[in-house]
Amino acid sequence: MARPLKISLTRRYRFAASHRLHSPKFSEQENQRLYGKCSNPHGHGHNYVVEVTVSGPVDPSTGMIANLGDLDPFVGREVVDAFDYKNLNEEVVEFRGNVVPTTENVAREIFRRLRKFPKARVERVRIEETSKNSFEVEDEAVVS
Amino acid sequence: MVRSRGREENTRGAVEAHRNAMIRVTRRVEFSAAHFYHNPSFSAEENRRVFGKCNNPQGHGHNYVLEVTVAGEPDPDTGMVLDLKDLKDLLEKEVMERMDHRHLNYEVPELAGQIPTCENIAAVIWRLLEPRITKGQLDRVRLYESPDLFADCTAEVTVPRAGDLEGLEAGRRAWRDR
Repeated sequence: MARPLKISLTRRYRFAASHRLHSPKFSEQENQRLYGKCSNPHGHGHNYVVEVTVSGPVDPSTGMIANLGDLDPFVGREVVDAFDYKNLNEEVVEFRGNVVPTTENVAREIFRRLRKFPKARVERVRIEETSKNSFEVEDEAVVS
Repeated sequence: MVRSRGREENTRGAVEAHRNAMIRVTRRVEFSAAHFYHNPSFSAEENRRVFGKCNNPQGHGHNYVLEVTVAGEPDPDTGMVLDLKDLKDLLEKEVMERMDHRHLNYEVPELAGQIPTCENIAAVIWRLLEPRITKGQLDRVRLYESPDLFADCTAEVTVPRAGDLEGLEAGRRAWRDR
């Protein structure tokens, strides 16, 4: 017997940004111990890859869960334009205070922004900070 | 002898525990095909607006990458969830022969009346494969249209069906009583 299907669509986007892992809650020494070279005062950068997964019914008139004509500009505006070639600590308002721009926190912030996508459910965001590290956040896992 | 029976039981216990682990096996194939997006119930202007350059009636193409995942418990005799050669042959027959170097709008009857998007092609592939996988269970169909765009098809309900549990129990009994 055929089982009911769940279909999702995943799109990959890229941005390049600098950041520094440093918390004002800790002493200089503690920051150094905790974050190591990621805490160097002038910061460093990565080529981030963001995978955005949307799910929901496939519209029979278009064959699509979400039209990339809607998703691409939305992610472009909310994430790529806001993060690409930026200093995350200085130029993304959410990271100016006590929130350290670790990729965990960047993933949560991106997910918070993308959940507002009006055309489909954004169920997952996965970020590759480098080709060796990736971070995922899913629907229920985030409080905002 | 008590000692050797004890050892045998330990071995059996370890194998039993081992058997409970569900394994996912994935096979990847690539095919190249042409398509375009057009809904005959939309106006020409609407088709252009909704589908953009994908609406070009001359069509365009992609190198699709298909990943098919089957989940199950390895057969205790062969150590395999399923024979990958069987899966390879199945993908050749059901997917490659149907779709490779074809025009998805005109040459694949299963897609007739549908827009050949990544989502719809993945669903068609799922429906072609699911009833034909007899060892293990189809777990996921992932279809890449490009390295930056893919659709995933999975079963909505992931708990085993009653039949699977019966099969599992029968397998366990056969193993115990062998």
